[in-house]
Amino acid sequence: MSNENFKPKILVFSTDKISDPGIDQAGLRKLHYSPAVYVISLPCSSGIKPKWILHAFKRGFDGVFIAADGHECSFSPKCEEHTNRIIEESQELMKASNISPKRIRMAAICSVCAEPFANHMDNFTKILIGLGDISLENNQVQNS
Amino acid sequence: MKERIGVYICHCGGNISDYVDVEELGRMFHKEDGVVVSKDVMFACADSNQKEMIEDIKNFNLDAIVVASCSPKLHLHTFRNVASRGGLNPNNYVQVNVREQCSWPHSDNPREATVKAAGLIRAGIKRVAHSQALDNIELTVKKSALVVGAGVSGMKAAIDLARTGNEVYLVEKDFFVGGHIVQQETLFTTGENSKEIVSKLFKEIKSYRNITLFTGATIEKVSGSLGNFHIDIKIRPRYINTKADYDLVVKALNECPVYVEDEFNLGLKKRGAIYKNYPDAMPNIPAVNLEVLQSSPEAMLQYANIIDLNQQEELLSFIVGGVLVTTGFDSYIPNSGEYGYKSSPYVLTLPEFNRLTELSSNKLVFQNREIKSVAYIYCVGSRQSKGENRYCSRSCCTSAIFSSLNIKEKYKDITSYHLYRDIRTYGKQEILYEKSSNLGDIYIKFEEKEPPVVEYNGKTNVIKVKDYLSAKMELEIEADMVVLVTGMVSRKESVQISEKFKIPIGSDRFFNEIHPKLKPVETVIKGVYIGGCCQGPKNISESVQSSLSAAAKINALLKSGTISIDPVIAVIDENVCTWCGKCEKVCDYTAIKEIDKDGKRVALVNRAICTGCGICAPVCPVNAIEIAQYTDLEIESMIDGFIQKIEMEVKEETTEVQQESESAKMKEYPQLWKDIIQNIGESKKTIPQLSEELTCKSEIVTYNLMTMNKYGIITADGMDEDEAYYYYKVKNR
Repeated sequence: MSNENFKPKILVFSTDKISDPGIDQAGLRKLHYSPAVYVISLPCSSGIKPKWILHAFKRGFDGVFIAADGHECSFSPKCEEHTNRIIEESQELMKASNISPKRIRMAAICSVCAEPFANHMDNFTKILIGLGDISLENNQVQNS
Repeated sequence: MKERIGVYICHCGGNISDYVDVEELGRMFHKEDGVVVSKDVMFACADSNQKEMIEDIKNFNLDAIVVASCSPKLHLHTFRNVASRGGLNPNNYVQVNVREQCSWPHSDNPREATVKAAGLIRAGIKRVAHSQALDNIELTVKKSALVVGAGVSGMKAAIDLARTGNEVYLVEKDFFVGGHIVQQETLFTTGENSKEIVSKLFKEIKSYRNITLFTGATIEKVSGSLGNFHIDIKIRPRYINTKADYDLVVKALNECPVYVEDEFNLGLKKRGAIYKNYPDAMPNIPAVNLEVLQSSPEAMLQYANIIDLNQQEELLSFIVGGVLVTTGFDSYIPNSGEYGYKSSPYVLTLPEFNRLTELSSNKLVFQNREIKSVAYIYCVGSRQSKGENRYCSRSCCTSAIFSSLNIKEKYKDITSYHLYRDIRTYGKQEILYEKSSNLGDIYIKFEEKEPPVVEYNGKTNVIKVKDYLSAKMELEIEADMVVLVTGMVSRKESVQISEKFKIPIGSDRFFNEIHPKLKPVETVIKGVYIGGCCQGPKNISESVQSSLSAAAKINALLKSGTISIDPVIAVIDENVCTWCGKCEKVCDYTAIKEIDKDGKRVALVNRAICTGCGICAPVCPVNAIEIAQYTDLEIESMIDGFIQKIEMEVKEETTEVQQESESAKMKEYPQLWKDIIQNIGESKKTIPQLSEELTCKSEIVTYNLMTMNKYGIITADGMDEDEAYYYYKVKNR
């Protein structure tokens, strides 16, 4: 936890049509965020399986960030509700594996939300530095 | 599992390779399991490279390819086509975004950017290794279209769809076409008469034999999907005997003694139970409010020969390939007491006021009072920071100012006060604002937190308002009439329309497009498009633009008779599925149903309806659902790829000398570079000259010249006479 070189690895789930263009725009505008951020783009955040999230933690990601469409979701007006449920289920699985539920976050990222995305990444990186390296958090979490 | 993978890592000029050690990555992935070819290339999208990839696919017998370059939003289809041309299934291709999501945001840290790029590419390789060769879903498309709503947007779209030879069904809920625009006498910017525009459009519709117009009709049921929507509509009877003497019908229309509330005139007057919205309303057949007319046995007897009591509600069915919904909007109705509405006399909404001015000829009179002063209160029902309607309705500022100018011209000596929050007369509409200001209209700015208060003192309305542009000075304005400039809200029938077509509704309760900029008229329901104000507030021009753009989309869809759609849909593992119904319940599109499969109850996905959103996948308690291209194997292997340790020598940064030598290594310049070199020849040219002579956008010429300059292919050589542009000449090669 005290390791100064610790760079938390963050897995971001984005959406093809709304949040991924927002993340692209952060790059286009050369807004810097941690290079330990990796993005997987999906059609909709309501389709994320909690087992993927758990898999990411078990493989060594320190945090998972869901860049959701929020009200802008073109698939379902209940997108936020579905995504919240997925987060709650994931947090249950995380608790069972002794992973802090604070390691998962969600925010609505729109197609022009370049700065908000970079800010979220900065803030989440700081939070995860506070929480420390996941591999040290609990030995059980290490590669299963 | 793919075991002969080709990997291409793009320099993108220097956009990627300035920060990511692309050459090292190219060498590194040579050693990766399953990778047969690994190359760094100057421009992956260049024709020469595309040809080389196709040759590689054939020569090395590749079974999948990965291109690490820009965002898939730019070149996903380019490289899918390359895969196809090489004989691969396009779905055995994965694009890795190492520009927008790596080299650019991490340009401050080239070393870490290279490590990240390695993780991204490895994830791409792992994903493509698990990719499946999926065939697109081929559907036949019926060459017919349904347009719901015969306002100006729907009518224009129907004409455009019919012009290209499609069978068009135009369904209007009201007995007369035209929608909202006919409730306004003249229209900005041309000053045209709205009723004349609608009559003209109606005449044009009638001239097309392939448009069938249904009025008094509603959508009852929708089934089927893209290419073959089965539509059931219900048509209400007009009860006018179509064989009756026309003169008698006109007489009844003008003299009917049984009166009802006039909805078209927003309750400002009564109309006969045998009616048209306005004298020239089309179609030119009156409708009968039978329930009301029957309350008068005398009237029933009097009009027995023109009324046909045998007419019944009719149900009709037809099949269409595509659907355009242009159901428009409702005007916001203020709550009782909101700015004195319904609680004080002489308070009307803007649409009501517009009807009043059209109905009043020489003098503007309301409830026995001649109106000489009008106070307009803006943003009523719009921009509510704490209410339901947080959006701006776009058209109301212009509409209010236009009405204010019209009544000044029509009645003379009218004083107008505009109590506004912000004036949003964008574009050409600004001319109206200027004209109104020049004519002496008084503008007073208020803030939402301190809205005007309307009180009736027994004689007149007094409006108390704090003028924010005069140090919040409290003003009291006496006005004969208060006009509430109300905005647009979603049609009350939107929910039913949404349920029938499964169009998602946004938080503003208007229909949701897929993307406001990139797919502005498409919905996630394949084959269903939206146009006009049903998707959000618009003025008439904007409404027609969006509906015509949707009509063009539908034309393209119907043209070929078949359509090929992406196979990104939910896939059920029937061996694992135990049918619990959770997936069916959560699907907004009714794409999943229960079936019997060899005696076992399992879920079945309708391939044409499924949008591939994936909502059903996480709710399955036995994990029997996967989304094609987003399977557990693909996603989890990507996660493994990101996290796997990278063993590589990463250079701190690339040097200028190296960049210059890049040009020498390039196998072939991009075509535009060749054209630029040829065009410049022995002379020197500026960017505008090259742009004009090569008929190429100046920003593209600029971008390419900068890269060519960096690689030492061209160089600046003085400025032109105006000292506005640099000349460029060819340096070497």
